[in-house]
Amino acid sequence: MNKIVDKEYFSENVVKFEVEAPLIARSRKAGHFVIVRVGEKGERIPLTIAASDVAKGTITIVIQAVGASSKKICALNIGDYITDVVGPLGQATHIENYGTVICAGGGVGIAPMLPIIEAMKKAGNKVISVIAARTKDLVILEEQVAEYSDEVIVMTDDGSYGQKGLITNGIETVINREKVDLCVTIGPAIMMKFVSLLTKKYEIPTMASLNTIMVDGTGMCGACRITVGGKTKFVCVDGPEFNAHEVDFDEMLMRLKAYN
Amino acid sequence: MTEQEYILARRSEPWREELRKSVKAKERGERPRVHMPELDAEYRSHSLKEEVNLGLSADQAVFEAGRCLDCANPTCMEGCPVGIQIPSFIKNIERGDFLEAAKVLKETSALPAVCGRVCPQEKQCEAKCIYIQKMKKEPVAIGYLERFAADYERESGQVSMPEMAPANGIKIAAVGSGPAGLAFAGDMAKLGYDVTVFEALHEIGGVLKYGIPEFRLPNKIVDVEIDVLRKMGVKFVNNCIVGKTISREDLLEEGYKGIFAASGAGLPNFMNIPGENLIGVMSCNEFLTRVNLMDASNPESDTPVQMGKKVAVIGAGNTAMDAVRTAKRLGAEKAYIVYRRSEEEMPARIEEVKHAKEEGIIFHTLHNPLRYEGDDKGHVQRMLLQKMELGEPDASGRRKPVPIEGATEWFDVDQVIVSVGVSPNPLIPSTFKGLEVSKWGTIVVNQDTMQSALPEVYAGGDIVRGGATVILAMGDGRKAAVAMDKAIQYKE
Repeated sequence: MNKIVDKEYFSENVVKFEVEAPLIARSRKAGHFVIVRVGEKGERIPLTIAASDVAKGTITIVIQAVGASSKKICALNIGDYITDVVGPLGQATHIENYGTVICAGGGVGIAPMLPIIEAMKKAGNKVISVIAARTKDLVILEEQVAEYSDEVIVMTDDGSYGQKGLITNGIETVINREKVDLCVTIGPAIMMKFVSLLTKKYEIPTMASLNTIMVDGTGMCGACRITVGGKTKFVCVDGPEFNAHEVDFDEMLMRLKAYN
Repeated sequence: MTEQEYILARRSEPWREELRKSVKAKERGERPRVHMPELDAEYRSHSLKEEVNLGLSADQAVFEAGRCLDCANPTCMEGCPVGIQIPSFIKNIERGDFLEAAKVLKETSALPAVCGRVCPQEKQCEAKCIYIQKMKKEPVAIGYLERFAADYERESGQVSMPEMAPANGIKIAAVGSGPAGLAFAGDMAKLGYDVTVFEALHEIGGVLKYGIPEFRLPNKIVDVEIDVLRKMGVKFVNNCIVGKTISREDLLEEGYKGIFAASGAGLPNFMNIPGENLIGVMSCNEFLTRVNLMDASNPESDTPVQMGKKVAVIGAGNTAMDAVRTAKRLGAEKAYIVYRRSEEEMPARIEEVKHAKEEGIIFHTLHNPLRYEGDDKGHVQRMLLQKMELGEPDASGRRKPVPIEGATEWFDVDQVIVSVGVSPNPLIPSTFKGLEVSKWGTIVVNQDTMQSALPEVYAGGDIVRGGATVILAMGDGRKAAVAMDKAIQYKE
């Protein structure tokens, strides 16, 4: 059982939790995720680790209330327990000094992007963060992103904050302006698909962190499988990050609807 | 005392001699083998959680136990991977001391109620019974009797503890709480070690919980046997992945003197054919995990599961039988086994095939899928099957399936469950530096001691064998415990 020690609302439906998990806090790296389950009848769902505090023995997860399970988690309060938290899972992000890196995070995807931004900056990269949301209220973690970014570009669909337009508009402005060595993207599958199409046009290497349906998260079921470069991969053990230009996003979008 | 001397000493106890004399051997040999009572096939094919096999009554068990000739050289024991004292427990049943029979089982087996249900006895102990070896008669129903004794003890509420050596304070870790890890933990605890079992999932039991369905092995039976281990002092840590959450170095730093890697072969194989990623096509592990571990067919469970009307399970092992019988119980109108060989080559237990047929499962043998096609939403709709014929026997002695050129047919399905084997879990092999790993991804060990290339690391079960059986995994756990104990005592 993992105790919730802090809870903060980023917006009406986006909640940040700090959860006791000392072993995970110590061994996680940027890009890793956990599987959580709430209640004896709860389902196992994957959530990326947004931060950790080794001294306090806690990890931070950010959840958007979209379905039954995420709503159930978001309803928990400080002092409540998450029944099961297991991790760190997946392959850590490959961090090195690439040069100039665009970190493109959409919606709640900005939270799992945060540790990557920090690690990329610490590895000596010039980091340009492009963060996007439908509207002003859904722009999260801007200050924390700014702390490790050389520049932050905020995009909103309705222009209520930052610039009006899609994440791809923001990315393209940067590409037209300077040489970009790598793009990392995390967000809704449809957004990552269009980021990938854009950067492919400009031949900029791009990594996408995929968020598929999962059950165990340890490679034993294949619920999370997708096609990358013509081969079947399990997102939970081979990923969650893949070369975005090789990912079959249409298949991924289709498989995400399996239980709708 | 050697094993043989021990067996004979027990056999010459006065009550056993008297029991042997009480019924003539000829009369014992003429008794027919007992039949296991079971639920009606039509009824049970709609009942997910009721066990099919109902167990023997006390009268049936005593009568069947009387068939056992109490051989001086009990060959049946050679067929048991954990070396159960078979005539000793059976003779206790014959004399009506069922609790003592259960005690005998526990000397060597941590999970008798499990083994009595899921072991392929026809290939193990019962295959070596003198009745089948020398007398051309049906063997003594050792599995049924094992189950009877274990069930009787559990239901009596008088569960006994095995004899324990005094605690020695030496910390030992088992990685994985499936049958290999549990057998190892039980034996090490009996020897006085301070054993901790680390499990990645939220439930203890491995394949006994997520794989084998309730209608074959009820979870509550597994839990009672795990509780006995707990009472013996074995500690369980769930949600902890050795190699991820904690490393081998962490374990050594925390003072663990030995590690038994029993992480299994949990990775499902796919066939890599077109359309295999369509919605409705899934691994048997995913399907069974959703239904068994996550209770997905219960409306109160948050985990969903697809319930097809026309379900094809590809493969014919025990897991395939479990999956197809589960699909039928979830409401499939048609549930098929699609297998590229013929019924004779099926790896599943004969009893499982028989049960499946009685429940209305349709066997579509000598067919192999080539590709799947879906509807406009990406949901699987039909599959193209290649008709096969049997050619020459392959290296394993099974006749090789060969495609009949041009003979294909379309087959309507709305759910496909792929059950074509599993691969070893790469987590331990990839994070324990210095392990020797085979080209199949299994951990290489000394066959006699189960010791790996890393001296403090022993391994057993499917991570060493690839996909095998519960009882072979348990046998490995026992063997590793004996060898690790010797190595540690030698060092001390």
